[in-house]
Amino acid sequence: MIPAAFEYYRPKDMAGVLSLLEQHGDDARVMAGGHSLIPMMKLRMAEVPHLIDLQDVGGMSDIDIDADSIRIGAMVTQADIIDHADLADVAPILREAALQIADPQVRYMGTVGGNVANGDPGNDMPGLMQCLDAQFTLVGSGGERSVRARAFYEAAYMTAREDDEVLTAVKIPLPEGGYAYEKQKRKIGDYATAAAAVQIVNDGGTCAAASIAMTNLSDTPIYSEAAGAALVGTSVDDAAIKTAVAAMLGDIDPSEDNRGPVAFKKHVAGVILRRTIERAWSRA
Amino acid sequence: MKDEVTREERLDNLKGMGCSRKRVEDARFTQGKGNYVDDIKLDGMLFGDFVRTPYAHARIKNIDTSAAMQVPGVLAVLTAADLEPLGLHWMPTLAGDKQMVLADGKVLFQGQEVAFVVAEDRYAAADGIEAVEVDYEDLPVIVDPFESLQSDVVLREDLVAEDGSIPDGAHGPRTHPNHIFTWEAGDKQTTEEVLANAEIVAEESMYYHRTHPCPLETCGCVASMDKVNGKLTLWGTFQAPHAIRTVVSLISGIEEHNIRVISPDIGGGFGNKVGAYPGYVCSVVASIVTGKPVKWIEDRMDNLISTAFARDYWMKGRISATKEGKITGLHCHVTADHGGFDACADPTKFPAGFMNICTGSYDIPTAYLEVDGVYTNKAPGGVSYRCSFRVTEAVYFIERMIEVLAIKLNMDAAELRRVNFIRKEQFPYKAALGWEYDSGDYHTAWDKALKTVDYDGLRAEQAQRIEDFKAGKTRKLMGIGLSFFTEIVGAGPVKNCDILGLGMFDSCEIRIHPTGSAIARLGTISQGQGHATTFAQILASEIGLPADSITIEEGDTDTAPYGLGTYGSRSTPVAGAATAMAGRKIRAKAQMIAAYLLEVHDNDVEFDVDRFVVKGAPERFKTMKEVAFAAYNQAIPGIEPGLEAVSYYDPPNMTYPFGAYVCVMDIDVDTGVPDIRRFYALDDCGTRINPMIIEGQVHGGLTEALAVALGQEIAYDDMGNVKTGTLMDFFLPTAWEVPNYETDYTVTPSPHHPIGAKGVGESPHVGGVPCFSNAVQDAFRAFGNTHTNMPHDHWRIWKTANELGLHG
Repeated sequence: MIPAAFEYYRPKDMAGVLSLLEQHGDDARVMAGGHSLIPMMKLRMAEVPHLIDLQDVGGMSDIDIDADSIRIGAMVTQADIIDHADLADVAPILREAALQIADPQVRYMGTVGGNVANGDPGNDMPGLMQCLDAQFTLVGSGGERSVRARAFYEAAYMTAREDDEVLTAVKIPLPEGGYAYEKQKRKIGDYATAAAAVQIVNDGGTCAAASIAMTNLSDTPIYSEAAGAALVGTSVDDAAIKTAVAAMLGDIDPSEDNRGPVAFKKHVAGVILRRTIERAWSRA
Repeated sequence: MKDEVTREERLDNLKGMGCSRKRVEDARFTQGKGNYVDDIKLDGMLFGDFVRTPYAHARIKNIDTSAAMQVPGVLAVLTAADLEPLGLHWMPTLAGDKQMVLADGKVLFQGQEVAFVVAEDRYAAADGIEAVEVDYEDLPVIVDPFESLQSDVVLREDLVAEDGSIPDGAHGPRTHPNHIFTWEAGDKQTTEEVLANAEIVAEESMYYHRTHPCPLETCGCVASMDKVNGKLTLWGTFQAPHAIRTVVSLISGIEEHNIRVISPDIGGGFGNKVGAYPGYVCSVVASIVTGKPVKWIEDRMDNLISTAFARDYWMKGRISATKEGKITGLHCHVTADHGGFDACADPTKFPAGFMNICTGSYDIPTAYLEVDGVYTNKAPGGVSYRCSFRVTEAVYFIERMIEVLAIKLNMDAAELRRVNFIRKEQFPYKAALGWEYDSGDYHTAWDKALKTVDYDGLRAEQAQRIEDFKAGKTRKLMGIGLSFFTEIVGAGPVKNCDILGLGMFDSCEIRIHPTGSAIARLGTISQGQGHATTFAQILASEIGLPADSITIEEGDTDTAPYGLGTYGSRSTPVAGAATAMAGRKIRAKAQMIAAYLLEVHDNDVEFDVDRFVVKGAPERFKTMKEVAFAAYNQAIPGIEPGLEAVSYYDPPNMTYPFGAYVCVMDIDVDTGVPDIRRFYALDDCGTRINPMIIEGQVHGGLTEALAVALGQEIAYDDMGNVKTGTLMDFFLPTAWEVPNYETDYTVTPSPHHPIGAKGVGESPHVGGVPCFSNAVQDAFRAFGNTHTNMPHDHWRIWKTANELGLHG
C-alpha cells in the first residue's frame, strides 16, 4: 500500500495547472479530495508520475444559486453539500444522495468534482448529475467548454474530458417536483449494489416529467430516458412503474462481483427503482 | 488511630472485584498516547517487506534480485537460498507441521512470502519489491478440500516419501498426500447403533466459511540484534510473548536468556497474533545480517491474505431423538481446510481444537466426532477467532443441528433446548466426547432470557407476520434467532494442554512496595481486554490495597514471569487464578506480620477488606498499608524482610461459561436486507470482576459475530485468488451496522477457580454467530427452509427467498 514515487505540485492558479498538464500529458493527473485517486495509487493500479493538487487554486469551492440554475465548484465537498441550507431547499436530492456517500470522514475530503470526473461507475454523483441533466465545465489550454453529464461517461474511468482539461464546475438547472435517491449497499463506505436517482413532476395527478438514472449497474452511470418516458402522462400507478422498471432493466448491464450475481443485481435494481419512484412521487 | 471510615467506604475505596472501575488504559488510548509496535523507532532502523506471489500454486524457476538491489535505499533481498544455510528457510508451526519462511522452490497460496526486501525505509522497500523478478510456472490450483483428497496433484511433496508412500504426520496416519490428519473423539460404534435404531434422525451438512480475525492493528515486529552483547530484542504484536521467545531460541539457536521479547500495546488480536509468521524470522535474520534494527509491519492486504485465517470447516451432522424430542445421539464429521501448511494454533494434542465440545449444552448420552484436516492452495492458519479453540465451529454446529432437529420434530426450538439441557444437579457433568463441565444452571438462564424478550409474544407476532406475508400485506419476514452456548475456556491443565511441549499454565508475580502500593506482572498480554484494570481489581480484593495503587505489567519477557499468553479466554481462568493465588501468599505472610505487630497469635487475626483485625476486637487492627511498611522496615523474628510472591497456576480443569441469546430480525425478502430489531444476550461467566468491561467485551464479541454471520469472509475464486483482500469487500461493521445490544447475566461460579471466574471475552462471539444465523434461517422456516450457509449477506438471503419461491 505504498505508491510508486511521484512528483507533487501545488500550483496557485489554473494557468499553473494547465501548463503542468500541457507539459506532462497523460503522465499527470489533477487531484481534488484524493479519495479515489490516492487509494488507486497506493494499490499501484494508477501510476501518476506527476500529481497536481488543486487545493490552492481557488475559485472552485463555491455553491451559487440563481433564478434558474445552481453552480457547484469542483472543490466543493460532500460535507459542504450536506451543510448548505439553501441548496437543500432548492435541490434536496443532492443532500439526500450526499448523505449516502461513504462516511463523514470521507465526505469532509471527497469533492463533487472528483466524484464526477473520475469516471468510477461506483460513484454516486455521476448518476445523480445525469438525472438532474447537469453540465460539466471543462477548462483546458484551448479555453472552456461544457459537456452534459448524460454525454460525459464513455466507459469505466473513461470520460469526455481530455488529458489537458480540468473539470472546474457543475451546473445544474433548478430541479422541479419530487425527488428521491435510494441506495442499497452492503455497509457504510460501500459502493451501491444498486442505486437510483429520480426527479419527477406531478401536474394534477399526472406525471408531467420524470428523470431516472441508475448507479453501479453498468460500467458507466445509466440515464434511462425510456424509464422516465414510461411514467410521463401516467398517474404513476403500478402498471406505469412496472413499465418504467422494465425499461430501466433494458438499459442497465450489471456484472457479477462480491455483491452478487447479475440476476440478483437486476432484481434489486428493479426493487430500488420502484421504491425511489414511489417516494419521489409521494413528494411531488 | 480512630477509624472513622465505614466498612462500605473501605470497600469502595479498594475498587475491587465486582465494581465497574473505569479502564486505566483508556487515558492513553483515547489521547493517542498508546505505544504500538509501529510507534517504535530506533536509530538506524531499516524496514523489511515481502515480495508475495500472485499465484496460488506455482513452481519458482528463478528469482532475480539484481534490479531490486539497484533501487536506491535497498540494502538486501533475502530469499530461501539465503536462509537455507542457517536452517531458517522453513520453520515449525504450532500444529506440528513446518512452513516455508520464504518460498522454497514453489508457492502454495496467493500472498505467500517469496523474498524479503530490506531497505532504508518502507517506501524504498516497496519500490524494491516491484523490481524483484520472479519466474513462476503455473501448477494446478486446488481450493476445495474434497477435491484435494481425490486429486493426483500433490501440494506438499516434502511430506511424501521417495517411494511414494505417505509417512505419518504430527497427528498420526495420513490417507492421501494432501491429507493432514484424522482426529476422533467419542464412541463410533455405539453412536452408529443409536442412530440406526433411533425414532427420529435429522441430518444436515453445513459450511462454516473461511474468515479472518482482522485486528485493527496488523501484525508486525521490530528485531534488534546487539552484536556487542549478543542480545536480541524483539518487539512485536505477540499474543504469547514467552512462547515466541522459546520458539525463537529453539529455531535460531540463540540462548533464551539472550532473547528479550516485548509485546507493547496491541491493537486487537482475536487469535490472529498467536502464531509465528515469516515476517518475524526474516526481521531477525535481517537484523543479524545488517547489524541494524529491522521493522516489518503488514499492510491490510498482507494481513487479510497471508496471516492466520479462521474457520473453513465443512461439517456434516446427524442427530437422533425420541419422538418426544429427547436427544439420544450425535454424529459429526468435519472436513477441515487448513490451507497450504497446517499452522493451526491449538494445544498440540488437539489438532481440531476443542471441537469435541460439539455436544453443546445438552445431555447427549452418545456421540462421535471425526475431523479430517486437508491441505489446499489457501493461506495457512485456522486460529481461534475470538473463541477458544474451534469452539465457535462446535457451537454453531450443535445450535444449527438443534434447529434442524426441531424442524424435523415439528417442535418449538426453545422447548427442544429446554428438554435436553444438562440439569443443574448433573454438574460436574461428564460429556460424551470427554470433557467435564464444571458448573452450570442452564434452565434458569434460558427461562430468564425467554421471559425477558417475551418469547411467546414474539412467536405470536411472527405467526401473524407470516399470515400477512401470505396475504400480500407485507414483504418483510420476521426471524427469531435462538442460541444457547457452552464455552470451554481457560486452557489449560498441563496434563493435557500444551503447545509444542510448553505447558499451558500461567503466572503472576507481585511486589508490594513499602508505602503500600504494588506492582504485579503476569504471563499474559492484553490486546484491549483491560487487564491493567481487572487484574488490579482481583488483587485489590485479595490483598486489601486499592486497585488504583496497583500497577499491572505484562508483555516483557525480561521482567514478566513465564506464561502462555492471552487467547482462548484463558487470561482470567488461568492468570487471574495465579493472581488470586499469589495475592493469597502475600496475605498469608502479611497476616503473620500483622499478628506480630498486634502481639497476638497468627490465628487470632482475620482479614477484613483492607486490614487484619484481632478476632473479637475490631478496634485492634493493622491495615495492609501498615503491614507493608513493617514488612520492609521492621525486624520481625523468624520472618524474612520484604513482601513479594509468585504463583504459577496449573488449572485443574477448564472453565465452562455459558449464555442464552435471542435475536429478532426483520428481513426484506425482495432485497435480502436484514434489519436487527433486537438482540438480547445473557452471559454467565461465573464471578464478575468488572461489569462494565464485561459489557464492553460482550458488545465487541457480538459485533464480530454479526460480521461473520452476515457477510465477513475470505473468499477465493477457482484460481486461488483472494476475492476479499481489502476492507471494501471484507466486512468490518461500523456503528452504523451494529444494533443496540441488551445485556444480562446470571452468576454460576466455577467451583475450581480461586475466585469462581470463568472468562467472558469470547463467549459473545461463540454464542452470537449461531444466534444471528438462526434468526435468518428462522425467518424462512415457515416456507420450507431447513438450512442455508453463512455468511448471510444480502444476495445469499435473497437467493434463499428466491429458491423458496418468494419472489413470485
